[in-house]
Amino acid sequence: MTESVAEIGVPHAAHEVSELSASYEIGKLGMWIFLAGETMLFGGLMGVFTLVAFSRGGWGSDGAHVNWRLAGINTIILFTSSMTASLAQGAARGGDLARVRRYLSASGLLGVLFLVVKAFEYAGDVREGFTPLAGLFWNFYYLMTGLHVLHLFAGVVVFFGMLLWVKPQNAGSWLERKLKYACLYWYFVEVVWVFLYALVYLSPSVQ
Amino acid sequence: MAETKPEAAHHGEAHAAPTNFWWKYIFSVDHKVIGKQYLFLGLFMGFIGVGLSFIFRWQLAWPGTAVPGWGKVTAPQYYELVTMHGTIMVFFVAMPILLGAFGNFVVPLMVGARDMAFPRLNMSSFWTVFVASVILLISFFVPNGASRAGWTNYVPLSDAPRYTAGVYWGGNLWLIAVATDFASVLMGGINILTTAIAMRAPGMTIWRMPLLVWQEMVASVLFMLSVGPLIVGVVMLLLDRMVGTGFFLPEKGADPLLWQHLFWFFGHPEVYVVAVPGLGIIQEILPVFGRKPIFGYRTLVWSAIAAGILSFMVWAHHMFLSGMDPKLAAPFSVTTIAISIPFAVMLFAMIATLWRAQITFATPMLFALGALANFILGGVTGIPLGSDGTDIYLHDTYFVIAHFHNTLVPTVVIAGFAGIYYWFPKMFGRMMNDALGKVHFVFTWIGFNMVFIPLFLIGIGGGQRRIFMSSVYTYYKPLQPLHVIATIGLLIILTGQIPFLINFFGSMIWGKLAGDNPWHANTLEWATSSPPPHENFEVIPTVVRGPYDYSVPGMEQDWAPQAGEPGVAAARA
Repeated sequence: MTESVAEIGVPHAAHEVSELSASYEIGKLGMWIFLAGETMLFGGLMGVFTLVAFSRGGWGSDGAHVNWRLAGINTIILFTSSMTASLAQGAARGGDLARVRRYLSASGLLGVLFLVVKAFEYAGDVREGFTPLAGLFWNFYYLMTGLHVLHLFAGVVVFFGMLLWVKPQNAGSWLERKLKYACLYWYFVEVVWVFLYALVYLSPSVQ
Repeated sequence: MAETKPEAAHHGEAHAAPTNFWWKYIFSVDHKVIGKQYLFLGLFMGFIGVGLSFIFRWQLAWPGTAVPGWGKVTAPQYYELVTMHGTIMVFFVAMPILLGAFGNFVVPLMVGARDMAFPRLNMSSFWTVFVASVILLISFFVPNGASRAGWTNYVPLSDAPRYTAGVYWGGNLWLIAVATDFASVLMGGINILTTAIAMRAPGMTIWRMPLLVWQEMVASVLFMLSVGPLIVGVVMLLLDRMVGTGFFLPEKGADPLLWQHLFWFFGHPEVYVVAVPGLGIIQEILPVFGRKPIFGYRTLVWSAIAAGILSFMVWAHHMFLSGMDPKLAAPFSVTTIAISIPFAVMLFAMIATLWRAQITFATPMLFALGALANFILGGVTGIPLGSDGTDIYLHDTYFVIAHFHNTLVPTVVIAGFAGIYYWFPKMFGRMMNDALGKVHFVFTWIGFNMVFIPLFLIGIGGGQRRIFMSSVYTYYKPLQPLHVIATIGLLIILTGQIPFLINFFGSMIWGKLAGDNPWHANTLEWATSSPPPHENFEVIPTVVRGPYDYSVPGMEQDWAPQAGEPGVAAARA
């Protein structure tokens, strides 16, 4: 990149940065480092969940009542939202701002849909008596899915907030970069969900 | 490709020098201001932390007597004091000062950047740790007071108010404050890493970065990768306490040992998070005041990285007596002994730096040498603790306390003071008084050893830690005079801080003007004015050599700035 490598606030022309530093995009680097920390957070939680399960010889009947069907629908919703996010990135590269807005909104709305389905799921669990205090499995279930919900909600807020930035003045590499970082975060949230689905929904109900 | 207008506008307006008081001093995004904010906060919390130690050390030396300014210490108060002393010192002094103050102020200047990569994130990180500190201090004043469960906060003791005599909000606020502090350091870590990787000045290859930058990077990586599991543990414990889940309660099917694993998986890398930047400060100061290159620059870098990697594999040496599977003892002993190797290499390199050096015993150098000496003592006393056989006897004795104070205090406090005396001219444009500094050093260092060498002996004599009234144990009686010596040592330390405070604040107003480079040092922060302008450098310098070209044979001058002619202060446009 021969242009400025800076992101926010710090004037940084190419001649002000070492040749080796110039190949790094600050925002992307920052986002990856942030995601590394988040990986340890979710990974730590999943590791603890797994180790506790092993030491108890599995969750047994405790885990048999998770609504893996609703969660499966949510998985499809999330996959679709990642697809629309990626399409938004493609549209930004092509300079088609209307499509960017459309796909960004789609991802945001699908995220909201995920949350709505989740709310139904939680309500169903509670109605059957599986509250957050219904035993160690459910302690973990609500903590893990709840933490994911918080992260997903943050992603939805970012997507809807970014709609304000999709303006002709911003079109170009700046918008592409911002979109890239937001989508990177969203893909991370989705990958976490995939692991969560397997760990918390599929494996306990199989035992 | 031309910048679109809003980008240029973003760059220009977001970082113009602020004139409004609030944006300039309170919500500043300038890393130099933020670094000073961290320094003041860390020093303030440090004085509270050492004040707490005054109270409990008085109790230890003269059990049952009234502590001046406090009164008689009760057993619950004692545990509150030792818990909060440890918590404050590790999480609210060490990390803010080493990573927040020195990391923020020095790293961008040393790599030749105009600021950190994410200035607004930087500002958020400071105010987050500020809020965390307030939350922690508030916990002293809630009903039943602050947490009493030790800075390690073991469950089940910390899990339910019925176990800690009704401490409810104290324990909850402890968890919230610590988690908030972690969030702050995570934010700071992103900044340090991104700045050092992506914003180095032209010519500054990765092997021309000063060692302090390397150490700050290693510390940031260690923190970011180790803290996740403990944040998980803190949230789980908070839910146990406030909502009634059973993540750590045996009666609900959980294993309380889980907390110890989560805590120490983070806790061990954490002590290196606070150790390596302190070593980095020493590594910057020794060459400058010995007029000699650092010995083994690349070796020091690889050793720090190796120690960092190994630090993830040693945590259970804190748990040899916890009741965990005894088969784990041998492997963790092996890894723990192994981790002493890269540290020993680092210490040998630092000693070799001094060999045939032309040493000037200015105050920064005195503190750096004192830190080095005590870190060696702390390090070697870690060996019998890291071996499970001897640890059976030494675990939870004063030997452990003396060991970790001889590693943490040198790297955080003594090296921290070294850094303050060294970079004060750059921060404030004036020199600190060297005579007062030497008085500060003598009182601090001698006092420090007077506290902790007796504590080694108490530990070997069987003196257990976290005991409020040791006089009830007959076996403890011969050890009691050692406690008295230690407390007198603390009084000497406290007395020695008076010249420091006078010097620190007085020099800001009356200190001799420093000029760009009072120490004739090579690193880039000395190639600009003291204090630097808002944008750090009028022109970003081009680096032509490494940071430690001192007394190079054939060179007329004994120093050569990284971006300029040997022996000449860098020209400024």
